[in-house]
Amino acid sequence: MSALRLLSKKVDKRTEVPQQNIGSSKPLLTPELGHSVGIVETHYSQFALPPNELVLENGEKLGPITVAYETYGELNNQRSNAILILHALSGDAHVAGFYKGDEKPGWWDDMIGPGKAFDTNKYFVICSNVLGGCKGTTGPSSVNPKTGKRYGLDFPIISISDMVNVQKHLIDHLKIDQLLSVAGGSMGGMQVLEWLTAHPGRLKSAIVIATATKHSPQQIAFHEVGRQAIMADSHWRDGHYYGGLPPAKGLSVARMIGHITYMSKISMAEKFGRRAGDNANPHKLSLGFQVEEYLHNRGNNFVKRFDANSYLYITRAIDSFDVSRGKELYEVFKGIRAKVLVLAFKSDWLYPASQSREIVKACKWAGIDTTFCEIESTYGHDAFLLEVEEETHLAKHFLQRVFLDNGATGEHQVLQYEI
Amino acid sequence: MSIRCCSMKSDALPLEYRAILKWIRQGSSVLDLGCGDGELLDLLVREKKVRAQGIEIDEQAIYQCVAKGLSVFHEDIDNGLSGYGDKTFDFVILNQSLQQVRKPDVVVKEALRIGRGVIIGFPNFAHYQARLQIFFKGKTPVTPSLPYEWHDTPNLHFLSISDFFEFCHRRSIEIEKRAFIGKNREVKIFPNLFALIGIFLVSKGGVGDKEYLRYYEKRKI
Repeated sequence: MSALRLLSKKVDKRTEVPQQNIGSSKPLLTPELGHSVGIVETHYSQFALPPNELVLENGEKLGPITVAYETYGELNNQRSNAILILHALSGDAHVAGFYKGDEKPGWWDDMIGPGKAFDTNKYFVICSNVLGGCKGTTGPSSVNPKTGKRYGLDFPIISISDMVNVQKHLIDHLKIDQLLSVAGGSMGGMQVLEWLTAHPGRLKSAIVIATATKHSPQQIAFHEVGRQAIMADSHWRDGHYYGGLPPAKGLSVARMIGHITYMSKISMAEKFGRRAGDNANPHKLSLGFQVEEYLHNRGNNFVKRFDANSYLYITRAIDSFDVSRGKELYEVFKGIRAKVLVLAFKSDWLYPASQSREIVKACKWAGIDTTFCEIESTYGHDAFLLEVEEETHLAKHFLQRVFLDNGATGEHQVLQYEI
Repeated sequence: MSIRCCSMKSDALPLEYRAILKWIRQGSSVLDLGCGDGELLDLLVREKKVRAQGIEIDEQAIYQCVAKGLSVFHEDIDNGLSGYGDKTFDFVILNQSLQQVRKPDVVVKEALRIGRGVIIGFPNFAHYQARLQIFFKGKTPVTPSLPYEWHDTPNLHFLSISDFFEFCHRRSIEIEKRAFIGKNREVKIFPNLFALIGIFLVSKGGVGDKEYLRYYEKRKI
């Protein structure tokens, strides 16, 4: 049974500052964990050119729209092996591999590459930055062609559904009729649910990780505190701060709140205890605990890579999301033919397993072929980025089955299972 | 650990699996409650091309099921059945799991609602070995089908084949098929004495009486 205990040493990537021992061009990790996809670059695609702008969920028009995306692996001749990965609140298109000269891999590099869960020897993996983001896809920090200035708050209100529509345009652009799978955690999971219900014919399967069909008041509340922190920063200036100082303090506080919700009581106790940090007391009224230092570091790093207005727009989109749109959930799930894998984590209190169970229950009523696992973990919501071995095992076998059902034959036929 | 999942020759199969294989129709839909590592469901998918769904509480068993390509829910049988509509499955299986749920009565009722037929297999507490151990040693019995010590058993309830007949009779549950399994063979006479395992295919009928009376009149022990 020992090999079955998939749990082993895990490295908390978010705590490691800086990331260690990762050469920019060397293959990564041990063979059983697969290899790196190597050096990658971001591509850009533009659509919704005037007068054919994209009509958003709220009725407003937006265009042109640039989508930043990356792909790994090869699209097969039948164009049937494509998997779309959907990122969470602060993610981007750079999900795997390294940029040239960079030491840090993409945000879910452990899961994507040759021999990994999303095996790029078999599958063509796509990831794009969401609409409203700040990593290459059009968002509030993009230049408004009508004014020649950055949008700021002139950027229209966007929704999860709008994000998915933009992704659908990208999939059309790549001439893929049907995705083998669509996978994502947290906000990415919401997009998966939107894909399932809005475009059920465009996907064979879906992997829904640590997410909810709609935000609870508690989840909205945490986001609202983050938004208020940004807007209370005097540098925010109603969103028109471009060209001047950004609302760094506000965004940093928002991120600090986020990080508290991503961890669990146990993981915080283990990671920090009441230990003192490395720096001398930065302020008379601060105690310099490790946990304080960690949050300051996370906040400060986030400010360097993320736009405050994007944070406002995207958290708003998450909070307004409701995949059932007021109906019974099983009713909107009816007729879905895709196979679904739902994953939750025991210590995740931000997106508790009970929210995943709601999804599973609706899948049962709707007769969807579903697998659900609540993975034992003490990492809280962060688990979806950290419990790599469990997720790899589940996603890998799930995808293999979907791929076989999809008409793939021969070499991957499983006769004996090594677990 | 490796699990053989190749198409098994039927004579190498556990006898209770053989009985279940015989009863389940080709291409039917099956919900296995407490499916463990998915061995039985995997067999049914291969041999009977069933549409399979499992429910299992143990996380490690879930990983084994998924490795076999099965769809499985990680949840408690006691709580996991309300999400299904009436007659969702052709068969619901409770193989060696009924005695481990908190409320067998409720679970059987729910299984009969969800499935057209329900297959129930359980260890027989009235096997002669168990009876001898209680009588002569005065100790909680340990038998091939009840291999656990009293302090370390997943079983919450103990029932005999006679208990199950009575259970079905009182609830007007119809027994459609049954098989009694001994150490290496099927048991034909005095099953409540000689069978280690009883397996039944039951349905929500009104006439359990016939079977019940025949059993009690001829073989009451």
